[in-house]
Amino acid sequence: MDPVLVEWVLYAIVLLPLIAALIAGIGGPWIGRVGAHRVTIGGVGLATVLSFWVLYAQVWGGAAPLDITVYTWATVGNLSFEIGFLVDRLTAVMMATVTFVALMVHIYTIGYMHDDPGYQRFFSYIALFTFAMLMLVMANNLLQLFFAWEAVGLVSYLLIGFWYTRESAIFANLKAFLVNRVGDLGLLLGIAVLASAFGTLHYGELFAAVAEAPDQTLNLFGAAEWSLITVACVLIFIGCMGKSAQVPLHVWLPDSMEGPTPISALIHAATMVTAGIFLVARLSPLFELSTVALTVVLVVGALTAFFMGLIGLVQNDIKRVVAYSTLSQLGYMVAALGVSAYAAGVYHLFTHAFFKALLFLAAGSVIIALHHEQDMRKMGGLAKYLPITYITMLIGTLALIGFPGFSGFFSKEAVIAAVGYSAGGWATFAYWLLVLGVFVTALYSFRLLFMVFHGEERMDAHAREHLHESPRVVTIPLLLLAVPSVLIGLLTFGPMVIGDFFKVDGSIQVLATEHGLAYLAAGYTGVLGFIGHAFATPVPYLAFAGFLTAWLLYIKRPEWRPRVVAPLAPLQRLLEHKYGFDWLYVQGAAGGGRALARGLTLVGERWIIDGALVNGSARLIGRAAAGVRQLQTGYLYHYAFIMVIGVLLLITLFVVRTVLA
Amino acid sequence: MSFETPDFSLALPEIWLLGAICVVLIVDLFVRGSRRSVTFFLTQAVLLVTAALAITTQWGVTETTFSGHYVVDPLAAMLKATLALLVVLALAYTRPYLEARGLLQGEVYLLALFATLGMLIIASGGSLLTLYLGLEMLSLSLYALVAYHRDSRQAAEAAMKYFVLGALASGILLYGMSMVYGGAASLELAVIAEAAASEEPPLLLLFGMSFMLVGVAFKLGAAPFHAWVPDVYQGAPTPVTLFISTAPKVAAVALFLRLLVDGLGPLHETLQPMLLILAAVSLLLGNLTAIMQTNLKRMLAYSGIAHAGFIVLALAAGTEAGHAAALFYVIAYGIMAAGAFGLIIVLSSAGTEAEQIADYRGLNERHPILAGVLLLLMISMTGIPGTIGFYAKYLVLKAAVEADLIAMAVLAVIAAVIGAFYYLRVLKVAYFDRPEVPPEGSQKPTGPNEGSVGEGEGATPSRPDGAAGTVLVPGASLPIRALLVVNGAAVLVLGIFPERLIALCQSVLGAG
Repeated sequence: MDPVLVEWVLYAIVLLPLIAALIAGIGGPWIGRVGAHRVTIGGVGLATVLSFWVLYAQVWGGAAPLDITVYTWATVGNLSFEIGFLVDRLTAVMMATVTFVALMVHIYTIGYMHDDPGYQRFFSYIALFTFAMLMLVMANNLLQLFFAWEAVGLVSYLLIGFWYTRESAIFANLKAFLVNRVGDLGLLLGIAVLASAFGTLHYGELFAAVAEAPDQTLNLFGAAEWSLITVACVLIFIGCMGKSAQVPLHVWLPDSMEGPTPISALIHAATMVTAGIFLVARLSPLFELSTVALTVVLVVGALTAFFMGLIGLVQNDIKRVVAYSTLSQLGYMVAALGVSAYAAGVYHLFTHAFFKALLFLAAGSVIIALHHEQDMRKMGGLAKYLPITYITMLIGTLALIGFPGFSGFFSKEAVIAAVGYSAGGWATFAYWLLVLGVFVTALYSFRLLFMVFHGEERMDAHAREHLHESPRVVTIPLLLLAVPSVLIGLLTFGPMVIGDFFKVDGSIQVLATEHGLAYLAAGYTGVLGFIGHAFATPVPYLAFAGFLTAWLLYIKRPEWRPRVVAPLAPLQRLLEHKYGFDWLYVQGAAGGGRALARGLTLVGERWIIDGALVNGSARLIGRAAAGVRQLQTGYLYHYAFIMVIGVLLLITLFVVRTVLA
Repeated sequence: MSFETPDFSLALPEIWLLGAICVVLIVDLFVRGSRRSVTFFLTQAVLLVTAALAITTQWGVTETTFSGHYVVDPLAAMLKATLALLVVLALAYTRPYLEARGLLQGEVYLLALFATLGMLIIASGGSLLTLYLGLEMLSLSLYALVAYHRDSRQAAEAAMKYFVLGALASGILLYGMSMVYGGAASLELAVIAEAAASEEPPLLLLFGMSFMLVGVAFKLGAAPFHAWVPDVYQGAPTPVTLFISTAPKVAAVALFLRLLVDGLGPLHETLQPMLLILAAVSLLLGNLTAIMQTNLKRMLAYSGIAHAGFIVLALAAGTEAGHAAALFYVIAYGIMAAGAFGLIIVLSSAGTEAEQIADYRGLNERHPILAGVLLLLMISMTGIPGTIGFYAKYLVLKAAVEADLIAMAVLAVIAAVIGAFYYLRVLKVAYFDRPEVPPEGSQKPTGPNEGSVGEGEGATPSRPDGAAGTVLVPGASLPIRALLVVNGAAVLVLGIFPERLIALCQSVLGAG
């Protein structure tokens, strides 16, 4: 493989979406709607083709991992701030996933945003997002990653508030922004700890430096010694919790559904929210060194996976159900990372990107058909009106619940098995949460499917008259996403999870030999064997039980529902209030912050800073300035006099010094 | 003393420039009125060729000729190219302004060319004599340029002040040089350096050095030898002010590097406290006085004094990194100052000079692009990251801290914070104040014949944003506006990608 060509290809992959975004963003009024979608789809499409080429080169072409520094931005002391690319298999898989889903979403957007006045702006944003996300996964150092991390956050913010005249959208994007601030602060601190301890931000150098001195400690509070790696990893993971919406920093993701649906699919399901998973996998050599950090990761992931899924049961907004399901699936990925099964976590990310994007886009198709109605209580019986949407959504749902043979089955089964095979109390705890989560997943997924596509038609007469299948720009991406949702697991599970796919070029490093995935691999005999083996665990039965429950309560015996729900009323209330996180943050953190700010405004700002410091020093400087300007009289002899005084001053100083010396 | 035939080919840029000046002089005799632009374009071409010659013939060469009076080294080559290019930039702004006011005469360009020749000679000065000749050639051309608008009282007054004070400074410098000659018994800087490096340097050398420092500080506009700066900046026609604030500042740094580093570098320990005093006084006085100004040109003059303080601080560090920082700073300042005065030129029209800060009210609403350029220039002068001004200040402070001048670095930062006030005030006026259309007749004419330069200093009522605003109509043509936008963008681009320039400055001074 010709490395020069690879470098050139990398530039093109990153820059094409950026250039397209700039053209669509700045030149929007001139190139018009068609021009905007042509240029961005063209740019992202080319980037997709090239990304697949890179994937091919990395996996089958035998290209060595590429680690190049393109540009040194600045050097401060020994610390270099660089821009560079690291392309190995992990990156290549992410690049292909990101560009493929982005391309599908671009095409889909033509149909979804058809009548929106902000058409060009929207295309500019999503192309810009593609650029930022590619920079994130292709970075070879933490600083560039951080910049890209912030850039995807920015685009996410802009897109959640895309309809900026809606108050709920503005609330949601501000919330997303603020919650992500908390996480990003953690990430930045984590990077700072690593930079100050090891003096480099470059992944390769950092891993080498850490491997040499893994047992450093630092004093945070008082004399207590903390393991440096643990502190750094936990801080970085806080960043991941913000971006990947893990408990308790998850509250922004459901609200982000205020943005247009293509965005929910691209940013808030398939790509950006998985950045945290990617980062932990990328930094696996660090996380491997800290059992404490891994345990934190495991517990947070498992809690998210189960408890966020539960909330999905009580939502009536079609997009919010899918959003909570995203939260829950992100929890599965994170839990896999927590038991060192990075390959399984990343693999679930990979399959999830396809079927979750599919689910969101299908939900969007339903929303278009009903003229932007999102309440499932006003749907029902849509299967006959929207056949393609129905079939594809069914495929997505089967993948999500882990129907044997579908892509989601393999990835989720690998995650659960890896956690199950891991030793330790926390792993057992996490295992049962994840297993119960399977039941919950199946329940809310089929609840959604039945409420939307089956049963009585609850929409109003006007909406029913206009019901028809969505245009082809909408259905084609659905079909294209449905294919990998079904097949990708069968084709790639063996090599990617069981084999050495990520290990062979050092993308992911696992220290322990006795970990869950190793047990899994030891007993692996092939795809069919794996499916058969799954039936020896409670997982498929629980999924089926979830399906059965949904079927009973929503199709067969809807009249049973009140009787089932009544004894669970307190639980339902708890779920409808989302465990009170929103209340705590809005009233407690935000409200408390505002109260504190009001107090500080009065005491700190008005009295101390404005009164004494600012106005005081300004008055002082004003007086000094008024005095100094008197020197500038405009008279030539005064000026000459000042100069002569100056000469005298210098000479006197010098003479005094010399004479004394 | 034996006479050797000098190697003329080494001095090719200067010889070319001198010959070309004669040609331009004669060509200018034969062009009339509307075809005056010929002189302008010829001048620019000559300067570009000079820059090219400096790079092609002198880059990488280290030699002396003319019996040691003329030095060629990477520093000289880099300085010459920079100087010529800065002059090109400065002159590019002049033409429409002068044309609109019927002032477009060949003299401007010829004087500028002569000044450039003087600056090039300074850049290659290997002896006291060459340096003094170059300096005088520069200064005399500048005096004439300031007085160039003969009918303007302000300009005449400014030129008079500049000339008298310049002569005084020149005399002091020459006095110092004579002492150094007495102490070292040679005019050659290399020999002087040997004498200065001896165990007990002659006392005369030390005295001479202090006097010479005054001459250099005067050119640089460092306090307390700054008194000419505000009056000249304000009184001179704006294109001339622009010219003075760019290339001659670089020449002043060159003069320092030749005279006080190449020549008297070994005496740095004695020089440092003097430089620190100059730096501290310049920083404080420049920034404090600038706060009170209502006239933008005058404010920029004081800000120039404050920037000179930073440059002197970098020189006071005395290390190669410090010298490189000074060089980078002065080039950065040249680019920023060219943009700032260029903006005044663009916004002025034949009747009105856009020199009151109040004139910039609501600039953003009327000319958002020009306001954007103003924004870039002001934040760059403040030293906000992302602009070239940040790296300039950063390098200076870094050099100062590395040379253990921590207290001075702290002072410089405080001064820069004070400076932020008046830069940001201009932005506040341009972005947040509403333009006022003044009642008929109440508008104070700001034509070139009104008022005297310094007299308003203590007397004008100091309303912070000045009195009635003028509604500015850009008088300049599209190419000049485009140039201004490029100038503004350069501040940003060099602020994001500064390494090449920094590395260049460091390499020619042997640092890094």
